[in-house]
Amino acid sequence: MNSAGLDVGSRTVALVLYDGGVVDSAVVDTGIRPLERCRQLLAGKSYRRLVVTGYGRHLVAPVLGGDLVSEIGAYARGAGHLYPDCGTVIDIGGQDSKAIALDENSRVRRFEMNDRCAAGTGRFLEVMAATLELEIGELGGFALTASGSVTINSLCTVFAESEVVSLIARGEEASAIAQALHQAVATRVAVMVRRVGLKERVVFAGGAARNGCLKRLLGDKLGVDITVPGQPQLVGALGAALMAGNP
Amino acid sequence: MTAENRQMWAELDIDLKQHDTLLNALGPIYQDIYLSQQGRPEGMAFFDFVVGDIHGIRVHELRQHAKEGGKVVGTYCVFVPEELCWAAGAIPVGLCAGTQFSVPVAEEVLPRNTCALIKSSFGFKLGRTCPYVQTSHLIIGETTCDGKKKMFEILAERHPVHVMEVPHKKTALSRALWQGEVAGLKDVIEELTGNRITAANLAQATKRVNARRRALQRLYNLRKKRPVPISGKDALLVSQVSFYDDVDRNTQQINALCDELDKRVAAGEGVFPSDVPRILISGSPMAIPNWKLHHLIESAGAAVVCEESCIGTRNFSDLVPENGGGLDEQLTAIAGRYMKINCACFTPNEGRIEDIVRLAREYEADGVVHYNLQFCHTYANEAALVEKALEKAGIPLLRIETDYSDEDAGQLRTRIDAFLEVIGA
Repeated sequence: MNSAGLDVGSRTVALVLYDGGVVDSAVVDTGIRPLERCRQLLAGKSYRRLVVTGYGRHLVAPVLGGDLVSEIGAYARGAGHLYPDCGTVIDIGGQDSKAIALDENSRVRRFEMNDRCAAGTGRFLEVMAATLELEIGELGGFALTASGSVTINSLCTVFAESEVVSLIARGEEASAIAQALHQAVATRVAVMVRRVGLKERVVFAGGAARNGCLKRLLGDKLGVDITVPGQPQLVGALGAALMAGNP
Repeated sequence: MTAENRQMWAELDIDLKQHDTLLNALGPIYQDIYLSQQGRPEGMAFFDFVVGDIHGIRVHELRQHAKEGGKVVGTYCVFVPEELCWAAGAIPVGLCAGTQFSVPVAEEVLPRNTCALIKSSFGFKLGRTCPYVQTSHLIIGETTCDGKKKMFEILAERHPVHVMEVPHKKTALSRALWQGEVAGLKDVIEELTGNRITAANLAQATKRVNARRRALQRLYNLRKKRPVPISGKDALLVSQVSFYDDVDRNTQQINALCDELDKRVAAGEGVFPSDVPRILISGSPMAIPNWKLHHLIESAGAAVVCEESCIGTRNFSDLVPENGGGLDEQLTAIAGRYMKINCACFTPNEGRIEDIVRLAREYEADGVVHYNLQFCHTYANEAALVEKALEKAGIPLLRIETDYSDEDAGQLRTRIDAFLEVIGA
């Protein structure tokens, strides 16, 4: 019998149904009615038990009858399942970024998470992509085409945007600006990883892990190879589904 | 809001429109955070009553005192030796500094990257929304951080302010300086009130303030029990109210509450099950109505059992020795007592680190949440040393930096949930 994991993030909702392996999965935009989205996702699915994680878990779980786990616990479980030798998880989602140190049993040993603003998150990159007139999916690839380099000093979404505007006005190459934005995020996240203690293997999950530039820069800064799972945005939902099956 | 209150606020030059907004917001918040709790001690009814009329009855008392020629002294910090005020017949009152409501108006003058406590306190004066500030004849400031120090200069343009220099080391030289500051405050209070501070009235005031400290010690000792007989939120409120209620009545109310809690403990009753995670909070102060962190933690299924904070243990752990003696001897004893406070303004401040580890063990805490207000550099930096000491002691730690706004409630909830998962695993 299936167990279900639902990751209600600020930008996307992910569902995994698990029964000895992933039997079904889906990712949709959260939109403005997350509860409706979750209902639609679960419609017609059969499962024995549901575990809900993500930013919207407290909204959704009481209504849909699921148990709760924090994203930190869920990502640790998911990444540890995919890679039993995983020592560190990096998760950059829509509105937060996290570094999680795992013990030898893939349990959370320590974690760090960004403070009260969008700095260093997927949302930061989204706002910056819009400023550079790019889709979020194009941003990483575009940044990798840069020939020169510039520096963004501010990680505050508001200040960084004005910094980007002045760099554009100075005639700097747009791809170099895009790369500088990735540098800023990678620097910030690398500090969090060092705070929890860098231990290989490093697994990079969450929506922002699909950004190749971020993966490369994080690898450079940490001096390790970074592993990105096939569907990085499903790792939290997978972890939740595993917990539903075997708490 | 009675007509009598409105009349009083108008006389105090309160911005009535803004003030209505503030008070109207407080009711539902209090309902949601406090009154909805299960199994509260009956003794909390008094404190509910105080909050329910937070800008009314106590302000009336202070105004009555002023009409009879008495003075009201506003403070923002546990370093101000309140004994000197009570001795001279003045009433000290901790001023409002704990809400986002007064922050935007403060940001018209102060930089945004200033801690919420400084902005909130200043905003209450600037926006004329705190009747306690308006009632006070003098504000006693101190130099526990650079932000406050400079804020007091700007505040002094609008209100009489006397700033005490709190030294930043605990050397003999620093102690001598502080001793001088305490003696200096005696002169300031005598001049303000027109009353002499004598060995007799100071000894009497010391006894009264110590009695309240003992009552708070008693309350906190009860929080060491398992199951804990009172929620962290309620205990926090008792501590907060002790900063502005009458010292004798407050002592009596806390002791009455403790009598009830004694019975609960004897019957093995608690507000949470015995096995919920027990949390010690350490760091920046929480001025009323800042209940944010306690509410998040207790809503996530843990119990806050102690605050290593100016709103908690630092406020009452040390008594002033009641050895009598002459005025000078007593002033020395008072200065000595206050210098024991392990505020992060001191360097080094090993005493605080030791306190945290000791308190975590005494209160059988499963984890420590280190709390610092954003832009509070002393606590933020000291957290690195706290982290090291707790790691060595094998006590889990979660570091939280936040302010009074609710923008980050989602992230904080995630971190607290994950921390409790780690503790529980």
